[in-house]
Amino acid sequence: MAKLGPAHYSPYPVAVYEGVLTPPKGKALMFTEIVDEEIAMREAAKAMLTRENATIFPGPQVLYAWNEEAKEKAKLIREMAEVLNAKIIPMYDYRPKYPKIDPEVEINPNHPNLTIWHNKIKACIFIGVHCHYANVALKIIRSETDCFTIAMCSQAGHEDAMITLRDQHVEEIEKFIEVAKEVKKELGIS
Amino acid sequence: MRMIENKVEKNWAGQRIVSPDYLLFEAPREKHFMTGSEAVKEAVKRASVDASVSYPITPQSEAAHLIGELWAEGYVGVYFRGENEFGVMSEVAGAAMAGARVITTTSGPGTLRAFENFPMWSGTRIPVQLVLMARGVNSPLSIQPDNLEVDFLLDTGCMIWYAENVQELFDMIIAGFAVAEQPDVHVPIITAVDGFFVSHTREAIYLPPDDIALPPYNPYKSPMPVIDAEIPPGRFLRDPFVMKSNYISYATHASWQWEVRAAIERSRPYAKHYLRGLTEEFGDKDSDIVFVACGTAASQAKEAVRMLEETEGIKAKVVKLKTIRPFPYEELVEATKNAKYIFIPEFNVVGWLEREVRKALYKKSNAEIIGTPRVAGGMTMPKEIIVKEVLEYIK
Repeated sequence: MAKLGPAHYSPYPVAVYEGVLTPPKGKALMFTEIVDEEIAMREAAKAMLTRENATIFPGPQVLYAWNEEAKEKAKLIREMAEVLNAKIIPMYDYRPKYPKIDPEVEINPNHPNLTIWHNKIKACIFIGVHCHYANVALKIIRSETDCFTIAMCSQAGHEDAMITLRDQHVEEIEKFIEVAKEVKKELGIS
Repeated sequence: MRMIENKVEKNWAGQRIVSPDYLLFEAPREKHFMTGSEAVKEAVKRASVDASVSYPITPQSEAAHLIGELWAEGYVGVYFRGENEFGVMSEVAGAAMAGARVITTTSGPGTLRAFENFPMWSGTRIPVQLVLMARGVNSPLSIQPDNLEVDFLLDTGCMIWYAENVQELFDMIIAGFAVAEQPDVHVPIITAVDGFFVSHTREAIYLPPDDIALPPYNPYKSPMPVIDAEIPPGRFLRDPFVMKSNYISYATHASWQWEVRAAIERSRPYAKHYLRGLTEEFGDKDSDIVFVACGTAASQAKEAVRMLEETEGIKAKVVKLKTIRPFPYEELVEATKNAKYIFIPEFNVVGWLEREVRKALYKKSNAEIIGTPRVAGGMTMPKEIIVKEVLEYIK
């Protein structure tokens, strides 16, 4: 079950082994429930606005100018961080960092828990991370931390995140920013 | 590569690009009469395959060489013969990591010689398709029908589907690409059939026209970046976490392996759609005598069901498993809920399917599970043997 960690010393059982699959097209996954995208967006915004040290982890698909969509998304992510009062810690690439990662500067899918522990991050958004690496990282995070994970995926989503939003392109990210502004206003957060 | 001609999208072979649904379910079909190897050729012809590497091994060398003919005809982008089976499976991995749709074939000892590659395929998340025409593994060497090697492959992190006949083999190869290439699945697919019984036997088969084909593979939806100058092949394989002994390394490896298995589980809804269910039933659906089988053992069990009713007045049914990975747990529990006797006919000495069925039904069925008839090494399984075994158990 994709519940808040820390779950176990090992990322088992992974969510699919408890019957949680990625959401169907047009829907989102919130813990174990399939919900409307807007409901999931509101809860995601609320988690980011109310939990400590909320952070956005942008991955290579939005950090480098592969295409026009990547550039657009990168601009929107900066706006999203401002609306959510969130930090940005990038996932530049997928190589494990030795002898030591600098957890203030970057996050890495092979040891994401170090960045979360060090920065005391209680809510995060994965965006622009290739699906396999997002899934590897999300399993480790759920296993070892109590961070509330949100995946904004341009493909089918990630069932090991607490909230997963699928098919997230420019239009959907713009919609999320608007939802986040509304939630922020409702919560009376400046 | 896609080309637009008069608003019709075509692949490099000039075939019109259609959806997997159209190719599998909607396109008109014509009746043909061909072997399993020839059916492989016909499926590959309609699958916009970028590359294939072959190494001739009994019984599927004909399938591999027929794919070579497709290359000569312009339907397959790259084709060559590997140095050996290990070379073949490594070479198709390289092609897939570079963004190609790839298919190859093997069987028996060739599978074992190539074995290290299969978990590497799944770990690198490449949707390679392997048509496995099962032939068995033994010393002295056997080149007869037997599916022992499927047992070896069960935990490699690859999807495994099992076709019963020539028609199903054709359809599964097309569907295999459609499912394996889903971004949230994206693991290899092994499409197994019983060698000789299917590879060399001519059967009626219905084929869609050969001027239509699957859309080309889009590697930019892959869950891992495609290799290029910045990302050399298998970069993560050479990077240090693999070689370190510390808790970070263990956590990464554990998560990575669970992720590969999770990907197979995510294939369920796609496979249900393209295969029209993970299982298929034949016979009296309420019967308390149930055969659980895959491949040609299911064909023989169907004949036994007919014979039991005609000669003994006993009703029975067959539950055919189309997928072994993912294993159709829920479907099997539902299909055997009225069972008193579950027979598992198999073409191998170890009874790997019996083990799988026992695990799936543990504490979920009170039926007696009987791993018989079991034949191997090239023996056939006549319906009379199956009926005899059933009568001995139930009397």
